[in-house]
Amino acid sequence: MSDLVLETRNLVKHFPLTRGVVFKKQYGAVRAVDGINLELRRGETLGIVGESGCGKSTLARMLVGLETPTSGDLFVQGKNMSRVGAEERRRGRRNIQLVMQDPYTSLNPRMTVGDIIGEPFEVHPDVVPKAKRRAKVQELLELVGLNPDHINRYPHQFSGGQRQRIGIARALALNPEIILCDEPVSALDVSIQAQVINLLEKLQDELGLSYIFIAHDLSVVRHIADRVAVMYLGKIVEIGTEDEIYETPTHPYTQALLSAVPVPDPKLRGQRDQIVLTGDVPSPADPPSGCRFRTRCWKAQDICAEQEPLLQIREKSGHPSACHFAEVRDVVHATE
Amino acid sequence: MTDVNVKLDALAGVDPNALPLQVKNLHVEFRTRNGIAHAVNGVSFDLRAGETRAILGESGCGKSVTAQAIMGILDSPPGFVTGGEILYRGVDLLKLPESERRKVRANRIAMIFQDALSALNPVFTVGFQLAELFRMHRGMSRQDAKARAVELLDLVKIPAARQRVNDYPHQFSGGMRQRVMIAMALALDPEVLIADEPTTALDVTVQAQIMALLAELQRERNMGLVLITHDMGVVADVADRISVMYAGRVIEEASVDDIYASPAHPYTKGLLESIPRLDLKGQELSAIKGLPPALTNIPQGCAFNPRCRYAQEVCREEPAPPLYQVSPSRTAACHFWKEVKGDE
Repeated sequence: MSDLVLETRNLVKHFPLTRGVVFKKQYGAVRAVDGINLELRRGETLGIVGESGCGKSTLARMLVGLETPTSGDLFVQGKNMSRVGAEERRRGRRNIQLVMQDPYTSLNPRMTVGDIIGEPFEVHPDVVPKAKRRAKVQELLELVGLNPDHINRYPHQFSGGQRQRIGIARALALNPEIILCDEPVSALDVSIQAQVINLLEKLQDELGLSYIFIAHDLSVVRHIADRVAVMYLGKIVEIGTEDEIYETPTHPYTQALLSAVPVPDPKLRGQRDQIVLTGDVPSPADPPSGCRFRTRCWKAQDICAEQEPLLQIREKSGHPSACHFAEVRDVVHATE
Repeated sequence: MTDVNVKLDALAGVDPNALPLQVKNLHVEFRTRNGIAHAVNGVSFDLRAGETRAILGESGCGKSVTAQAIMGILDSPPGFVTGGEILYRGVDLLKLPESERRKVRANRIAMIFQDALSALNPVFTVGFQLAELFRMHRGMSRQDAKARAVELLDLVKIPAARQRVNDYPHQFSGGMRQRVMIAMALALDPEVLIADEPTTALDVTVQAQIMALLAELQRERNMGLVLITHDMGVVADVADRISVMYAGRVIEEASVDDIYASPAHPYTKGLLESIPRLDLKGQELSAIKGLPPALTNIPQGCAFNPRCRYAQEVCREEPAPPLYQVSPSRTAACHFWKEVKGDE
């Protein structure tokens, strides 16, 4: 079990909905994340996919400690982060760092690149002694493919792709074991996206990092991830290796999601068995009873409303799938 | 829908046999404090009725500015159309006075935008905004116009259209809002629809819904569609012909099958290769090196030459390459298109 770097057990985050200004009364909760069990091993990339509002960003914020879980446990390298003291929790955070989505708003425009990348050392002064910090920052700049001489420049002097590299350098500053990438390339142009993905893969090889890679772009996740979890309305509906999820998806939502992705090959036009879902994602403040996907599912029957399907290996699914009727369906004939 | 089809007083010189949209050698520049940004430098393309023309390119390549110039909604100043023609059935829109252009806008050429929330007016109900079109352009009474608005919402498959017509834009989800935009664009039965990144802000399952709806409406009305996007998956799915833009120019023009099978410009080729593909899993993606140029400072010669692996002296020294005829039905602006296309 020593190579398990991160584990969550039944992690839950509910945001209370309150009424009234003086006497706040809670009348409900947005169930953003509702019981997530994940494991991440050393050197592995776990992809998390799902549409907006499925709770993937809230999950990310909990993992890095920006949000306190409502309940459940988070283990980083075997330590239960919700049980340890403040000091130890602070030290623990070092090991898990975040790369944010928007390289334009996640860097302070009034700080130089050197200050931005060096800021983690102010919080964790024992990582690098003061005298060596500038050299360390330059080393980090070089590592992410930027010119170390640009240490005194400001974020606006860089392009989107370069800014994302600065964000990655900042995440690497404290020598973390785990990097959590929350939509790291979705704000970038296609030609720049590939550069950043290549950089992330190179860093993983060189530094032995583990990644949690959150994205809505399924082809990017497929490229980079070893295992993939599919989220819908605060729950994981299917989890498995990249091959299992993309080749033999068994949850109807995964199938619909995969079939909706346009394939960049005009020859396959009209040959894809596209499932067009009806309706919108229900509100997480009032999720449907039983299976949360049943309101949009073409397989839904009475049992789906009565009994919540657990995420487990099923008769017709070799990997965990949270559907009573989990069954392989060949949805994507793309990319031979 | 029959009574809406009463066309307005005809534009002078409209030739019903001419193409619904032809852009010829369009130039647009932005006069800014930091110099002149050459956003569009000689863009040409044709659009047939019922055809889908994709304009593919990354941010800052001038694709949205081209659309704004066609619609006549360019922010001016700083934006100025400095040359070229935009022909609607043979009539050059750029020569028309604003009062005449208004008759074209929404009536014959309509547009949908990327961000439906900021394109809709937040202080009026969607029903009011839809009805406004009929009141202004068709002189309908409030009541009739409202009834048409309900029909339109129904057409774009918004459930419970009769109730939702009184809702404000913020009460709709992203996908539903985009449907309202489509309803608004199609209200006056245009011949050409320009869609500027219509699904970029949406999730994939919603994107699939919207693209299916657009395709269906296009087929029913035999409407020409200009689809502006950077998503090569969407293009492969719906486009008939593609114009690839880089630094304000069309650098390749071909049918969708030709482009994906054998790109003839290094930039197109680079774009296609940088998409993650299954057979390349675990390998490095072949990224295009470097960055797109600033439009205030476009490189000498071929604008792509600093990033191009085929670049030679001639690419830097000669003026930008013209669109070479690669085959009778396709062109590419690269001196070395034979090599680029050949080594596939």
